[in-house]
Amino acid sequence: MNPQRNWLPYWLTTPGVLMTLAFVALPLVITLSLSLYPFLPGGGVGDQMTLANYVDIARDDYFHVIFARTFGMAILVTLLCIVIGVPEAYVLSRLSERWRAVSIVIVLGPMLISVVVRTLGWAVLLGNEGVINKLLLVSGLVSEPVKMMFTFTGVVVALVHVLVPFMVLAVWASLQKLDATTEQAAQSLGAGFSTVLRRIVFPQVIPGVLSGGLIVFALAASAFATPAIIGGRRLKVVPTTIYDEFLGNLNWPLGAALAVVLVVIVLVVSMGMNRFVERRYKQVFQ
Amino acid sequence: MSFLELKGLSKHYGNVVAVAECDLSVAKGEFVCLLGPSGCGKTTTLQMVAGFVQPTGGRILLDGADITDVKPNQRGLGIVFQSYALFPHMTVADNVAFGLEMQGVAVGERRKRVEATLELVHLGPMASRYPRELSGGQRQRVALARALAIQPPVLLLDEPMGALDAKLREEMQIELRALQHRVGVTTIMVTHDQAEAMTLADRVVLMNKGCIEQVGRPFEMYERPNGRFSSTFLGKANVFEATRAQSGAAVDVLGHTLPTSDVERIGALEYIVRPEKIEFAADASALIKGRVTARVFLGNHWLFQVETPLGTMQLTHANTGLPQAAEGDEVGLRWAPENARLVPRASAAGTAP
Amino acid sequence: MNRTPRLLLAFHWLFAAFMLAPLVMVALVSFTDKGYIAMPFDGASWRWYLAILKNDDFVDAFWRSLGLGATAATLATLLAVPAGMAIAWHRFPGREVVLGLLLSPLMVPHVVLGIALLRFLTQIGASGTMWGLTAAHTVLVLPYVLRLVVAAATGFDRTVAQAAESLGASAWTVFRRVELPLIVPGVAGGWLIAFINSFDELTMSIFVASAGTQTLPVKMYNHIANTIDPLLASISTVLILLTLVLMLVLDRFYGLDRVLAGKP
Repeated sequence: MNPQRNWLPYWLTTPGVLMTLAFVALPLVITLSLSLYPFLPGGGVGDQMTLANYVDIARDDYFHVIFARTFGMAILVTLLCIVIGVPEAYVLSRLSERWRAVSIVIVLGPMLISVVVRTLGWAVLLGNEGVINKLLLVSGLVSEPVKMMFTFTGVVVALVHVLVPFMVLAVWASLQKLDATTEQAAQSLGAGFSTVLRRIVFPQVIPGVLSGGLIVFALAASAFATPAIIGGRRLKVVPTTIYDEFLGNLNWPLGAALAVVLVVIVLVVSMGMNRFVERRYKQVFQ
Repeated sequence: MSFLELKGLSKHYGNVVAVAECDLSVAKGEFVCLLGPSGCGKTTTLQMVAGFVQPTGGRILLDGADITDVKPNQRGLGIVFQSYALFPHMTVADNVAFGLEMQGVAVGERRKRVEATLELVHLGPMASRYPRELSGGQRQRVALARALAIQPPVLLLDEPMGALDAKLREEMQIELRALQHRVGVTTIMVTHDQAEAMTLADRVVLMNKGCIEQVGRPFEMYERPNGRFSSTFLGKANVFEATRAQSGAAVDVLGHTLPTSDVERIGALEYIVRPEKIEFAADASALIKGRVTARVFLGNHWLFQVETPLGTMQLTHANTGLPQAAEGDEVGLRWAPENARLVPRASAAGTAP
Repeated sequence: MNRTPRLLLAFHWLFAAFMLAPLVMVALVSFTDKGYIAMPFDGASWRWYLAILKNDDFVDAFWRSLGLGATAATLATLLAVPAGMAIAWHRFPGREVVLGLLLSPLMVPHVVLGIALLRFLTQIGASGTMWGLTAAHTVLVLPYVLRLVVAAATGFDRTVAQAAESLGASAWTVFRRVELPLIVPGVAGGWLIAFINSFDELTMSIFVASAGTQTLPVKMYNHIANTIDPLLASISTVLILLTLVLMLVLDRFYGLDRVLAGKP
């Protein structure tokens, strides 16, 4: 054990640390503090600390509905991503090299494209004049256009599209660590294909499902562009409400309070799920 | 009475022949080892028997029934994989019970059989542990127990000792042999370790480049190898090319006349003498003379390298005291005619005569 | 291993179609000759692509985003490379805390970061400035570079550096001639991912960018809020193509899956 401390790592990390403290930590603390001040009717921020903003949020039904909608949507999106993301990751892991390369571009590539572009595509698909409705009308399945834009369903579908790559990635990472011969072992003991998937593969990828699920949940709850564009003005979620308060009503303290509540709920749910899943499946976590 | 039969089994990957027409009959309760260097086709053959690789040609018969086209999850064979492939998210007991569960055995009966099987491999107290809490040797036993619990007609082992250290490997080999005798299950094991094969097997199947070189009991295969490959893979050997047109008790090797008890063979031949069969001879009974270029002490025996007109020869003698020669010594070597084998020279890999 | 069941394969291609649908839609719609978005349409034309060139606002925003992305990525790389090496190669007290802090922007919702930075920048008098926006983007994309640098540096066999030292190289030479070249693929991949993330970023930028510093995504969003017109579709298609090119470059450098997963 050398008595002299090596200062090099500290020198190397200081610039990054200072930058992050200044532009992330400090602003977040300021926001927290901002939420504890009242909003003056004429604009501006008062100087007495108060919990008025939080009380407002707790009491007003308007906000209750918005929070319920936001987290209901986030949970639904997460579940859907698990349902379609896990099998997709499994198939990806079994494809041959050539098909896998193509599939990765198709499945993960959209992550590199701005959410505005992707959501625009859904706006075109989901509109009353959009392709999906045209197909439904032409095939005679419906007699008039199905309303998908500006609906909860539309937002959920678009969000699943935006977020499912994260789930696929997380589960795929878990699949890499899996010993493929356990599948063969199960087969040699008489298990059919679906039993192998259900009893052998899926339990071993639970860590990936958990990590993917937490990412998707957090991103879905704090999504802005997709609910704004597909959901429209009437289908408000917390992030769009924050936008309204901050840039519309200029009520920064209330906006800040909403942001704090959002972060706290996401954190609590994440930690709770984390602990629950890890405890129940602890033999799979190293 | 043949219990497991491989008839003309082959596997081609495009132009590459992994396994050439392979014929093998395994009797009930027999312990057979597929032995050979990497790439010889032994693992591919095992996987074909297990059902994970589709043969290109040939049939597999189990107790008279053709199982070549039967899916792996319907063959009911017990398999121990090289990596053990234990289910990490299940306890030892659940791992062992899995096959019984698939067979639809009732819970109570399952528990009894799992307990009995775990006793068999001396892992009773570990039943509720998880694989990651076990040592390498213990995991191997769980894998064994899991395969045996379903009472399979055939047990397949794919290099099961590969991950164990030398000492543990020796212990496990003895245990495995005892276990197999107790249970009486027909067993096929793949290994590249010739000492292991000779320890465990009733019969050894030596494979090279996709073909079976020789099949036989360990002692036979060692004492009467059928060619250069067989003699150098199983143990060490001094091998020289020789040719003769007439039968007789001697053969000419590079200008020297050497004795042999294989009087019948003629043609292009290989002359094989094992190191432990050669002695130092100071007098005129020496068949060949040379100089010791290296001497190595190996605990229970000495190994000598001697430069002779025939080439470098190796001889060993047991450590019964001081070594009989030193580096640099001029020595004479002799051996008995019955310890010198004559076999046909192989042009390419051939099957056992 | 036996082949994947046909059902699963069919599911896979359905999934792929689902992933591509909106992008294909956007590309198709951009070729309309009408003044509004309609599918299907009868006349195809380059009209809306030519319109991009005539629209100074969007062209400005494009170059601004490009410059911002390059600057933020470069700054982030300059900060992340030394930090990443320190974290990967040295065990020092506070290592976990530093790593957590530097990666924290990944876990804060962008909308929250957006309002926090808006408030902060206003208070220090930097709201609406390009440098404020750049600083914001830098810390936002720093985690992406850091993850890849740490992964590359962790996989690096330190005995190679020791060998260089034993042959007489100074610490600086070892860094310059042995360590740095070996982590360059990770650094390059990190830069690209940082650039892409900065270029695409919307939610935080909505709050931090002002009318004078609008990035391309923000401008597009504001445009959509009014009307969805084919100009957006053509711009989007151009962006999709540019991203495709970048993906090919990334794959050549590093392997697309490694970069996206942030793993070695």
